[in-house]
Amino acid sequence: MATPVRSLASVTTRVWLLLVLGLAGQLLWHRANPNLTARFEPLPAPPSIAGLRLAALGDEPLLARLMMLWLQAFDTQPGISVPLKNLDYQRVSGWLAAGLTLDPRTQYPLLAATRIYAAVSDQARVRVMLDFIYRSFLQAPNQRWRWLAEASIIARHRLHDRELAKRYALALTRRANGPGVPSWARDMSVLLLADSNEFEAAFALTAQLIKTGRITDPHEIAFLEKQLDALRSKSARPKKKD
Amino acid sequence: MNSSLSLLSHGVVLRAIARVVFLEAVRGRLLWLVIAILIIGLGLAEFTADVAITESEQIVRGLLGSWLRASAVFVMALFVVTSMVRDFNDKGTELILSLPIPRGVYLFGRLAGYSGVAAVMALLCVLFLLLYVPVDQALIWSLSLLCELILIVALAVLCLLTLNHTTLGMSAVMGFYLLARAMGAIELIGQNPLLDLSSVSQQVINSLLTGLAYLLPDLYHFTLSQWLIYEDATPQVLLPILGQSFIYVVLLCAASLFDLQRKVL
Repeated sequence: MATPVRSLASVTTRVWLLLVLGLAGQLLWHRANPNLTARFEPLPAPPSIAGLRLAALGDEPLLARLMMLWLQAFDTQPGISVPLKNLDYQRVSGWLAAGLTLDPRTQYPLLAATRIYAAVSDQARVRVMLDFIYRSFLQAPNQRWRWLAEASIIARHRLHDRELAKRYALALTRRANGPGVPSWARDMSVLLLADSNEFEAAFALTAQLIKTGRITDPHEIAFLEKQLDALRSKSARPKKKD
Repeated sequence: MNSSLSLLSHGVVLRAIARVVFLEAVRGRLLWLVIAILIIGLGLAEFTADVAITESEQIVRGLLGSWLRASAVFVMALFVVTSMVRDFNDKGTELILSLPIPRGVYLFGRLAGYSGVAAVMALLCVLFLLLYVPVDQALIWSLSLLCELILIVALAVLCLLTLNHTTLGMSAVMGFYLLARAMGAIELIGQNPLLDLSSVSQQVINSLLTGLAYLLPDLYHFTLSQWLIYEDATPQVLLPILGQSFIYVVLLCAASLFDLQRKVL
């Protein structure tokens, strides 16, 4: 049964006046305040690992992933889109490293480093990301070899730094020798140092990873296909000599 | 003969109290609220995972698990707190305690009723999780959640018997819960080799933290999202959880009985 209410006429004039004045005041106040303008907020430095562990309340793998989603969306701030090259890459590297520390089994920070943050034209920034990938690989070579393979492709074809690519490829061959690492990955250095273009090398690597069941996430496959399409059209343009 | 009869009558009263508590949850549409919260959690997890470029299924599982855990604990604590306060205010507690039955029957009847509600909540969580994880992982996770909820129930009952106030009781339960979950990380921070452990203040703080850790249940090992993310939980993980839950529930029941028997009602 609905609660009975009195008619509108039972409300006093003073209360009506207060209501109208309050509403008018709010509308005028909002109009008088300056309009919000989109403002670029720089990427903050990552908190300490101790602080992140405290905030995680025992769920560190989940926090690592949520942090990656937040970082990934950071370049899209309210009202503006921030070019990646405007981000402080040392801080980006810090956030990615924090994600790996919270959950060493996640691959998200390394995918983001390889496919998002290294996909900029600024070579200095690309080197920061490649260095992060290399340091992460050294911590767990048998789990992270795939990313160093991709970093080697980037070093070879985007930075045109054969020495860096060779260093990564040799590290891959020498250190990624656990039972779970396929032989074709250890022999990747041959492919990486061969005279192929970036698309061919990246395509070969990605195709093998999908064929051998290393990549199964449908979001990741869609993302990589998009990236390969972009690389294909780029490599169709006249080649640049090393 | 007399003692058997009195045990039988105590059992009847205990079951009656438990049944009333369970009916309160059903008639108050608590379980519908829980279902609504679970559906919201499902939508939130799917939406969040949709923006991920990798590990999207892991994110759904982890986020859903975390949401289910937090919601179940909050709703359960709120239900126990408000139910106990309402019972005090309606003089239902005084009516039961005026009967010639031990005060423990009232306490265990209430605990049994609330635990029944917790079991239904854990079951609902299992049904939602089965959409994303295998049966064995969902069962392990949900059993751990059930242990956690029963701990929260016992804690909320103790807080209400002592504080007899909704806001204070709820604050105490939530504060205790968050501290118990964060204790693992707090202890690790206290052992940081970069800290100057020779200073008196640091030693006092570390001693306090160690003492606190001894008194709190290790909830940071319960119901981990990691089990759902990596689907690598084994039944063995439940053994320390069951052990900790049993010991702490006994401790909380003893404290509640201590308080209840000292009350002048």
